[in-house]
Amino acid sequence: MTDQLFQFLISGITVGSVYALVGLGFTIIYNASDVVNFAQGEFVMIGAMSAIFLYRAGVPYPFALAAAVIITMAVGMLLEKLAIEPAKNASVVTTIIITIGASIFLRGAALLIWGKDIYGLPPFTKDVPISIGNATLLPQNLYVMGGTALSVLAVRYFFDKTITGKAILACSCNRKAASLVGINVNRMLLIAYGISALLGAIAGILVTPITYTSYDSGVMLGLKGFCAAILGGMGSSMGAVAGGLLLGVIESLGAGIISSGYKDAIAFVVILAVLFIRPSGLLGSADAERV
Amino acid sequence: MYKTVRMIMVFAAALLLCSTYTASAGDTLKIGSFLAVTGPASFLGDPELKTLQMYIDDINSKGGIDGTKIEFIHYDTKAKAKDAKNFVNRLIKKDRVDVIIGGSTSGNTIAVMDLVEKAHVPLISLAGSVKIIEPVKKWIFKTPHTDRMAAAKIFEDIKARGFTKVALITGNGGFDKSGRAQCLALAPKYGLVIVADEKYGNSDTDMTTQITKIRSTDAQVIVNFGFGKAPAIVTKNIRQLGVKLPLYQSHGVASKKFIELAGEAAEGVRLPAAGLIVADKLPDTDPQKRVLLAYKNAYEAKYGPVSTFGGHAYDALFITVNAVRSAGSTDRAKIRDEIEKTKGFVGTGGIFNMSPSDHLGLGLDSFHMVEIKNGDWVLVN
Repeated sequence: MTDQLFQFLISGITVGSVYALVGLGFTIIYNASDVVNFAQGEFVMIGAMSAIFLYRAGVPYPFALAAAVIITMAVGMLLEKLAIEPAKNASVVTTIIITIGASIFLRGAALLIWGKDIYGLPPFTKDVPISIGNATLLPQNLYVMGGTALSVLAVRYFFDKTITGKAILACSCNRKAASLVGINVNRMLLIAYGISALLGAIAGILVTPITYTSYDSGVMLGLKGFCAAILGGMGSSMGAVAGGLLLGVIESLGAGIISSGYKDAIAFVVILAVLFIRPSGLLGSADAERV
Repeated sequence: MYKTVRMIMVFAAALLLCSTYTASAGDTLKIGSFLAVTGPASFLGDPELKTLQMYIDDINSKGGIDGTKIEFIHYDTKAKAKDAKNFVNRLIKKDRVDVIIGGSTSGNTIAVMDLVEKAHVPLISLAGSVKIIEPVKKWIFKTPHTDRMAAAKIFEDIKARGFTKVALITGNGGFDKSGRAQCLALAPKYGLVIVADEKYGNSDTDMTTQITKIRSTDAQVIVNFGFGKAPAIVTKNIRQLGVKLPLYQSHGVASKKFIELAGEAAEGVRLPAAGLIVADKLPDTDPQKRVLLAYKNAYEAKYGPVSTFGGHAYDALFITVNAVRSAGSTDRAKIRDEIEKTKGFVGTGGIFNMSPSDHLGLGLDSFHMVEIKNGDWVLVN
């Protein structure tokens, strides 16, 4: 039984790491502009798909991955420049609707460019399972967990220690005051979208060797990432990470111990219960303004 | 005088042309289809649509079915049952089609069956579930092997290898659920015990949890019913966890894409499949071989690797064409009667012999048990 539990935890943390990265992406844009960017899942898909097609076109693997991250960042920044910035005086709800439109557009574009097939990426290193007792994990599981941990640390550092990171946070606190002290609000937003896209792309690249991807695989990941962000407390970056990991583990334990048929239902019941007791989420500030 | 005669002749000729033109225009066969060309079941709908378009263009360019041209109307359901219902409503009421071919998935087909029965339009489904033809519905036919046949074929093979304890793992789609129900119902007949019955969501990204549970049982073989990327993930997860049990997949993954996605993990996987994927490995005496190779070559010359799913569309189209030919009209009721009388039609799925009590008409022998070896299918005897 302990072996089994351990295996469930490994599965849960792997899947949860991806939810965490997507949730973190939600949080960054939310922090900078109070907007929930529903195209976040599409960033994951674009990162994975561009990596796959660059690799298939003969680009060496590491370069293909790096280029895919840059492409996705460019897409994220273009999205901000072309769709979000022109509507900067619009209300938050309007902007959220714009991001939903953008997600449909990006999915459609991916369908036209890459077709509707399912694709995979080769694992980063040799695909020999590692045994720990009776439980096994793939090297790629470790890359997913490690990559997520590094990304989270980097994001934390960026927002806590750098001037740009603090400037982005300042925009969310009070946009007018931020611009009065000389912060270029538009540029900060652009950077926030860039970072969100970057995180999405990293998540997509890390997980595709295990899970495959197709033009519409961003929908489910976006939804789960959103749940992670809500569960952790919208706006709290560490909350999103904790929420993602927790969601993955609950899903896995629910499937393993109770019933695999009700996996998602169990996860959602837990989320509802948490939000019922703590409406601001696990790590959200208690006095958070509800929108 | 001479001039008048010539004018009359020209007039008569024009009239004749005119009349033949209207005759053929009034006598087109309208085939409607609702297939999952994009979305999670696109690997079904896409080759199906391509096959239909290719052969309908071919038939029309050769003058139609004894002069009757085919008009083809198509909608993409994205495998959504709600869309399927809307589109079939449109096919029946607005487009007024004579025959409907589709849907690609069992869920889509089952969603529209009542509608089609009420409207009295013959429908040939390209989906797997046995529920489509059992109990027999007057206007509903299908061409793919049923999930019951697949389960029976798999269990036959398991029994022949001397195993008795089976672990079942299935997705949450219509095909998966129906396949699971058939497995549970058939197992006692083959003296098999289902020792695990695990489920996953078709868009899930990891099934190691379910397989860990299977590993803790005393199962001797694993049977996975599903299609799309999920069975490939299941296959990889099984190998990742070091589970050495033989794995059976369903006919839902009988395409090269599965081998490509699952990679090395697919080695040794067995599945029941229609003749198409092993066409060139069949003995020359096999009556299907000629049909299979002709379809395969035509499809591959135009679109690339063939899959059995496109073959189901081929069968449905030519059963329709033959029915229209023998009915000598595009009357829906007459076409229906003729489809039901289909006898000895050699298609890609097997040799079809339909009857009022059997709206599929395929026997268990139309399935071949194949094993994946070195990235290709090999016939198992």
